[in-house]
Amino acid sequence: MKAGLLPKLLFSPSVLLVLICVYGYIGLTVFLSFTDSTMMPSFEVAGGAAYRRLMNLDNWWVSVRNLGIFASLYVLVAMSLGLALAILIDQRIRAETLLRSIFLYPMALSFIVTGTGWKWLLDPGVGLERSMHLLGWESFSFSWIKDSEMAIYCVVIAAVWQTSGFVMAMFLAGLRGVDTEQVNAAKVDGARTWQIYLKVIVPQLGAVFVSAFVILAHTAIKSYDLVIALTNGGPGRSTWLPSVFMYQYSFTRNEMAVGAASSVLMLAAIAVIVVPYVLSEMRKVKHG
Amino acid sequence: MADVHPSIAVPAGRAGAGHLRLPIGRIALYIVLVALALVFVMPVYVMIVNSLKPLDEIRTGNLMSLPHEWTVAPWLSAWSTAQIGVQPTGLRPFFINSFLLVIPAVAISTLIGALNGYILTQFKFRGANLMFGAMLLTVFIPFQIVLIPMAKTLGLLGLAGTIKGLILVNVVYGIGFTTLFFRNYYAAFPGELVRSARMDGAGFFGVLTKILLPNSAPIIVVTVIWQFTNIWNEFLFGASFSDFSSYPLTVALNNLVNSSTGVKEYNVHFAGAFIAALPTLVVYLVSGKYFVRGLMAGSVKG
Repeated sequence: MKAGLLPKLLFSPSVLLVLICVYGYIGLTVFLSFTDSTMMPSFEVAGGAAYRRLMNLDNWWVSVRNLGIFASLYVLVAMSLGLALAILIDQRIRAETLLRSIFLYPMALSFIVTGTGWKWLLDPGVGLERSMHLLGWESFSFSWIKDSEMAIYCVVIAAVWQTSGFVMAMFLAGLRGVDTEQVNAAKVDGARTWQIYLKVIVPQLGAVFVSAFVILAHTAIKSYDLVIALTNGGPGRSTWLPSVFMYQYSFTRNEMAVGAASSVLMLAAIAVIVVPYVLSEMRKVKHG
Repeated sequence: MADVHPSIAVPAGRAGAGHLRLPIGRIALYIVLVALALVFVMPVYVMIVNSLKPLDEIRTGNLMSLPHEWTVAPWLSAWSTAQIGVQPTGLRPFFINSFLLVIPAVAISTLIGALNGYILTQFKFRGANLMFGAMLLTVFIPFQIVLIPMAKTLGLLGLAGTIKGLILVNVVYGIGFTTLFFRNYYAAFPGELVRSARMDGAGFFGVLTKILLPNSAPIIVVTVIWQFTNIWNEFLFGASFSDFSSYPLTVALNNLVNSSTGVKEYNVHFAGAFIAALPTLVVYLVSGKYFVRGLMAGSVKG
């Protein structure tokens, strides 16, 4: 039915809110990144000064490097573990519902809760390391969280723990939608289970791989809460991510233009991943 | 919850007893699954067990072992006397704050989502798809990109540092998800029902309240659970836009754990973390099916 005035009128507040608070604010932040804003927003245009400063800041490059390590490992491990869990669960096992619930429940928790739990678990003074010592394994050593070279891998561990159940659920939905005729044909041909997975089933999961990748990669770029709760960026600045950098420079170091510039780059990184995906999904809906 | 360990060991044991000549592969499968399940349960097991120990026992004993001396003192402390920042308030006021934030924010964003979904699927107008696409993309943006202007806006509106301000922010950035959920649900709604109601003279609101909403229970549950979980667990907006009187629970918990000076009361931290986790965990245990549906609907966008 063609829309009269009422539907348009009732739809417009949402449209306005989104246009202002999302797209308008993105525009404002982009603008601020080209000003000389410090503690308060300033409207004095300063060209690309904030970006030049950003490029010369060690803290920024530490954050970017950390994000590179964190994002690549997180996406890779969460995806492999998620797929592995889904395949294991898909073997017509007993207590499937219970196991699925166990692998997925961390998704219901806040990253602050996850961070708090893992913070003390990974702490050599009270956590795993000491527990192993008390059990008699004196030489066991696990103090990554105190080591500025290794602490970022602790963030990976906690993040993987929290989200691989979600990836599992996505792959499981994909596995249950796989064409059974092809699988049966392969079985008749005498293919072994692992061959069927490798050659028949996994190649049909392309769409799930893409969705999982987009979700995990954009989550990695946005990650903030987990780092704050787990390491608070430390030791030193060794687990800073661009999200931490942005917050620090915008709100505590009084370099708002630099903070704004860093958030623009975060948005750009996410756009590169997400925009092609959303466009192709919408095209699929139209033609499908 | 402390008996989680034995209960998840059951499937392997039962399988072994039922099929005595299980192939090796089957046994290995269960061993791997149970081992992984133990790893997944371990952090929350550690949280619960150690929240029920006196601090001395954590310092001298094993983090994995059950308490020798059971105590609820850490829970009481986390709830009502622990230091949050400089004040010995415990988490209770912030637990209440989170509910004062979550209930209206979930209700409003769900209602807006239902209305938008209805309008987007039952009426045709120019720009509808473009607007929907614009809303969809908001689901992905890193919120860092809106923090500075939003902080200024809340200041101008006199909502800085208030729960009302947080409600507004969470509603605005939740519309994308709620609209997506209801749009996809109503797009698959039988058109004859809507058409015959219209022939019977139902107006704009008649169709919504008499036909669509009464048949929307599943998607309402999915949306409410999704929004509840997201907003309850939200941290960045809370940390940026609230002050001591309006901290949501996540921010208060982080203060409790990270700003404590002097003796680190691990048992109190674990109790606090579990208090913060409890509402969403209960929702998950009671209605996991709908939680998963929300995740799936949110992940397969478009």
